[in-house]
Amino acid sequence: MNLTLKIWRQKDSKAKGQMVEYKVTDISEHMSFLEMMDVLNEGLVAKGEEPVAFDHDCREGICGMCSLQINGEAHGPDRGITTCQLHMRMFNDGDTIVIEPWRAAAFPVIKDLIVDRTAFERIQQAGGYISINTSGNTQDANAIPISKEAADKAMDAATCIGCGACVAACKNASAMLFTSAKVSQFALLPQGRVEATERVMNMVKQMDLEGFGNCTNTGACEIECPKGISLENIARMNREYLAASLAKS
Amino acid sequence: MSGLIKSSIARKVAMALSALFLIIFLLLHFSVNFISIFSEDAFNEASHFMGTNPLVQFLMQPILILGVVFHFVMGFVLEAKNKASRPVKYSKYNGGASASWMSRNMLVSGAVILAFLGLHFYDFWVHEMTVKYVEGDMSGVIPGTEHLRYYEEMHAKFADLWRVIFYCVGFALLSLHLLHGFQSAFQSIGVRKFRNAIVKLGNIYAIVIPLGFIFIALFHFITQ
Repeated sequence: MNLTLKIWRQKDSKAKGQMVEYKVTDISEHMSFLEMMDVLNEGLVAKGEEPVAFDHDCREGICGMCSLQINGEAHGPDRGITTCQLHMRMFNDGDTIVIEPWRAAAFPVIKDLIVDRTAFERIQQAGGYISINTSGNTQDANAIPISKEAADKAMDAATCIGCGACVAACKNASAMLFTSAKVSQFALLPQGRVEATERVMNMVKQMDLEGFGNCTNTGACEIECPKGISLENIARMNREYLAASLAKS
Repeated sequence: MSGLIKSSIARKVAMALSALFLIIFLLLHFSVNFISIFSEDAFNEASHFMGTNPLVQFLMQPILILGVVFHFVMGFVLEAKNKASRPVKYSKYNGGASASWMSRNMLVSGAVILAFLGLHFYDFWVHEMTVKYVEGDMSGVIPGTEHLRYYEEMHAKFADLWRVIFYCVGFALLSLHLLHGFQSAFQSIGVRKFRNAIVKLGNIYAIVIPLGFIFIALFHFITQ
């Protein structure tokens, strides 16, 4: 298939970017979206032009690196996948595809389609861990009974790969789905309850400091999330935060 | 406690609590208005009670006005903060692919409701305050008669077709606002139990109450 691509090009974080139009031809419907981008870049390099910079790593849908807003949707028009798992059969011959970086004040553009997502790392560093003894005398994990339901929900929350699609999809650029998943994966387990109060307070504080927007419960994050992280986690974080605030006061 | 006041979660919880308060008030308001369909006298009695009872006038009314003002001001503040969170817009944003129109346009429906409230306050509240607290007439009767004035005044307002149309548009937008807002308020305060029941109840409330208000407005317009 032959396609027209409209891609955001920006030399560096300080430069003024713009949409640039490219043509790609003979694209196989079996290609992944990133392979199509590779074809584009091979052509640009052959012509002596600067290739389009975009994030990618595992290309298996688990690392959370790929991050494209495709035709106005995070990770493109398919559901439950990252951009690397999006295939060109989702498009038609002659289509025009608009490709942009995640847009958020907390995710500044580094170059072209690559954004700085270290805001997520700082939120994680603010409390997304448990302080356990790893000196060699750790307790057997199976010695602490955990219900199947709690274990499943914690595991579901822990599947968040931190790609940032929730922020990209949200009309408010809110990071509540990401933060709530990281809060929930610990809050649901007895090992995580010990530091639950400090964790939720510190992570929410850091989330606000990074400049993400407020959640208005549109549910777009849940729909666009490649891992299907549920809005239930946001409700849990709200409960945890209110309880922690009242406990500390 | 300071974190609770400053944080994004505290702001959304405050919005949710003020919304739930207004939802309860709206049900009460609808119940009183609906009486006017069946009995002029009963409506007059109910209106006179609400308009002269000190608890309603000097405790509930100020709380209600504070609740309304807070909900609107906080709504606009949150919208401004959210706009600042994405300073560079997408050239193409397909919001409709993953979220309902109602959820993405609460400010639009809220602004129309605010305009409607402006007219509604002008029509009834300003008049009531003037008669009772400026002119000092707490009797509630039509001058020179023993009849209470509330039904007659309200009925006369709905003689104007354009006012009825504006009221209907306001209630239609109120319905859209509630279709998202009702269940969203519960999500914001962290309530996920009985989720399906809350969504269903919210949908019923969001359709029945505004439709009921539209019915009342049309009833008084038709029975002129």
